Amino acid sequence: MLQKLRQDARLQGLLLISPTLLWMMVLLIIPLLLTVVTSFGQRDTDGNVIYRFTLENYTRLIGFTAEGFDPLYFTILWRSLALALQTTVVSILLAYPLAFYIARAVPKRRNTLLFLVLVPLWTNFVIRIYAWIMILRTQGVLNSILGWGAGLVGLPFTPLDMYPSQGAVLIGMVYEFLPFMILPIYTSLEKIDGSLFEAAADLGANALRTFLRVTLPLSMPGVVAGTILTFIPVVGTFVVSDILGGRQVILVGNLIQRQFLEARNPPFGSAVSILLMVMTLFFTLYYTRRFGFGEEITAG
Amino acid sequence: MADYAVELRNVSKRFPGPSGELVTAVKQVNMQIGDGEFFSMLGPSGCGKTTSLRMIAGFEHPTEGEVYIHGRAMGTTPSFQRPVNTVFQSYALFPHMTIGENVAFGLQMDRVPKADIAQRVKDALSMVRLPGYENRKPKQLSGGQQQRVALARALVKRPEVLLLDEPLGALDLKLRKEMQMELKRLQREVGITFIYVTHDQEEALTMSDRIAVMSHGVTLQVGNANEIYERPNCKFVADFIGETSFLAGKVQSQHGEFCTVDLPSGLQVIAEAQRTLATGTAVSVAVRPEKMQLGAQNGDENQFTGRVSNVVYIGTDTQYTVQLPGEQRVRVRAQNSAPGSRPLVDEGAEVTISFPAQAARVLTE
Amino acid sequence: MNRRSPWLTLSALAVYFFLYAPIVVLVLFSFNSSRTNIVFEGVVNRGACGPFYWFCQLAGNNDVLEATRNTLIIALISTLVSTLIGTLAAIALQRYAFPFKRTSEAMLYVPIVIPEIVMGIGILVFFSAIFRWLNANLGLQGDARLAMGLTTVIVSHIAFSVPFVIMIVRARLHGFDKSLEEAAMDLGANELVTFRRVTLPLIAPGVLSGALLAFTLSLDDFIITFFTTGPGATTLPIYVYGLLRRVITPEVNALSTIWILAVLLLVFISRQMERRSA
Repeated sequence: MLQKLRQDARLQGLLLISPTLLWMMVLLIIPLLLTVVTSFGQRDTDGNVIYRFTLENYTRLIGFTAEGFDPLYFTILWRSLALALQTTVVSILLAYPLAFYIARAVPKRRNTLLFLVLVPLWTNFVIRIYAWIMILRTQGVLNSILGWGAGLVGLPFTPLDMYPSQGAVLIGMVYEFLPFMILPIYTSLEKIDGSLFEAAADLGANALRTFLRVTLPLSMPGVVAGTILTFIPVVGTFVVSDILGGRQVILVGNLIQRQFLEARNPPFGSAVSILLMVMTLFFTLYYTRRFGFGEEITAG
Repeated sequence: MADYAVELRNVSKRFPGPSGELVTAVKQVNMQIGDGEFFSMLGPSGCGKTTSLRMIAGFEHPTEGEVYIHGRAMGTTPSFQRPVNTVFQSYALFPHMTIGENVAFGLQMDRVPKADIAQRVKDALSMVRLPGYENRKPKQLSGGQQQRVALARALVKRPEVLLLDEPLGALDLKLRKEMQMELKRLQREVGITFIYVTHDQEEALTMSDRIAVMSHGVTLQVGNANEIYERPNCKFVADFIGETSFLAGKVQSQHGEFCTVDLPSGLQVIAEAQRTLATGTAVSVAVRPEKMQLGAQNGDENQFTGRVSNVVYIGTDTQYTVQLPGEQRVRVRAQNSAPGSRPLVDEGAEVTISFPAQAARVLTE
Repeated sequence: MNRRSPWLTLSALAVYFFLYAPIVVLVLFSFNSSRTNIVFEGVVNRGACGPFYWFCQLAGNNDVLEATRNTLIIALISTLVSTLIGTLAAIALQRYAFPFKRTSEAMLYVPIVIPEIVMGIGILVFFSAIFRWLNANLGLQGDARLAMGLTTVIVSHIAFSVPFVIMIVRARLHGFDKSLEEAAMDLGANELVTFRRVTLPLIAPGVLSGALLAFTLSLDDFIITFFTTGPGATTLPIYVYGLLRRVITPEVNALSTIWILAVLLLVFISRQMERRSA
């Protein structure tokens, strides 16, 4: 037996990977399949799943409920996508200058600068959201500073109502995922061959045009990678919207969470979950097919 | 039957190729290597020499045929159970161990007592002229030094056969020549069989007792340096070893071991044949440049007139390219033995070249 | 590309400010004398610990201690297992050809590209169904009933850590010189000895990197833990989340500060180790 194992390289390979494969099958594939199955199921009054086929979960999602057409869930989906888009755009606007700055820094300082970008990531994200509560709430740090400043100048000041709100959720999301946008953009900027800038200058391009025609296009892979790394988690989030948005901001993630924990409707929750997964898979496939799956992603 | 140190009997090796089809790397190879021989396998890349070596070492197993080491069939015995050791092309020194630990590794596998290990490592390093290097790390050593450590590591185990896979490839010319001398000296001193793989024919010719010339998975000729050089048995060997000029033609007649070959230009060449050939057989006559002379020589069966198309001064020799009638071309090498040598003839001049029949060989392929 | 625009430097600084301001506020408020912790009312100075009052309160908080203990246990066990099976899998993927290799690789990418909530829900649905079926058919009652808890959390953490471990170890294996292993075998070492004395020491830095990443991912995880946890298996992130809906004393800030310091220490240690092995 050992002899056979020793000679058959394919068998050896299979043996080495089998624990991992088993784990992934049981804890990833089967659960996902079961979620699909559950999404076509029904529930009893206790919230337990009854495995009887029905399409009502999906029709409800699209808007056809027992009470007539209600695009509620559509709206939620739309809102989540809009938030993801906003987050991505704001992140790019904030991340790009910083990535650019680091890419142009002396190599010795670059490591430190990158390290500084990573440090917030290593602090737990629930804690970081909590910090924003302290900053944004009515008597929070921001309002205190603004009030003090207004007092100095002699202007009247009403505290801004920033928490809980949709704006707070946006700020929280951007904050969470900013490093995931900075790093890939940095990576692709850093890879640009320095002599290209010299060539552009030699051919008569000034700084702005060099940026628009050379730097920006070449940094696109990084922007794309950062977009994927930001968009997917944002679309599925529920924690940030739960904490910083209060009960008012409901996103797809919150919907799923509530179906399982409050409404006790696993089949419907599963349907929403599957919809979310399909959406993100399509998104990722489209993006990677169009732009390629570069190392910018693994760097992030 | 006398026990050869290593024998390959009808060994073939097939691999799955890049597109899934089977590639034959080694085809029905037979080799007998004697005890204490310095034996080289010589050929261009892809000829199967490295694969053959790896089958002796045990890293690959023959698809057909059998490998014998001192009369024992190796079958599918893995490499760590074979009484042979290998010096790798990339040296393969363990980067995370010191030189001493590297050399000691094989002895630890043999469960040699610790005290003995230390002494044997010391002796091995002295033998390769790196005494006291035990505590250094591989990356601190030069290429040549790493090479010697690899040697010491293999030899310290006192294998029955030592296998060397193009060990000098990464060294510069001068160092390579030094190491060639070193290896030859070591082999004489240690007395075991060395099987050496190389694509450098000069290396093989200088170091080996016998050479096996290989191409496309087959052994074309096995013999000592003199046999291979002076009496190649096919075009490939004649061309791969040293330089050769070929004259293509057809056999007109044969007398004993000499053939008269008709060249398309109407000229005739008389050359040595290895076997009986039928009239009309298409052959190539191979002549070494240094065996041809400029100017008519009495007694030489072959004399031709041609025009010098190129003269190249190479220091020790001058090489003349001579165009013969019928668009055939030969190269003649003459030693620059006189002080302040000038070329014997100039470019464009008409010249007679001559060589005896024994200097030419008739080759069918 | 040599001129430094002051606007660029300014915007870079602004972004760094944005990144660090919340952390600074967090740490600062852990010294707040106000219990309600809404406005900063000066540095606290109470009891034996003085300014570190809230930190000391933490030590007496059993919920925090239990959550910390759970978090560490989960992280340690899941790191060990995921590093072990992940390293073996990385070797398989990098070195061997076997049936279904492409499918396996695709499968390993799935946890990385789907939102965590989808994976968390999947596991929740799976375990709920299994536990329900087992409890009914084995007739388990009361305390003996199978339910979500420490085990389900650990098992899920392993599942999402393994792909990352594999990615990192594979990168390390990529440049590995196979002739080193052949040399070891040539010198008499069988497969196991070769792995132990040659392969493993040389891939160790990669394996440790992977382990460190797995550990960090597990410590920090919220979403998947949220859906797979149960009573008695609360982790620190879950605990803090729970607190956020109730009274937020500076104790939470103190906890956060300690957390940040602990992570920084971990990172520092790992960088030293990296430097040592280079």
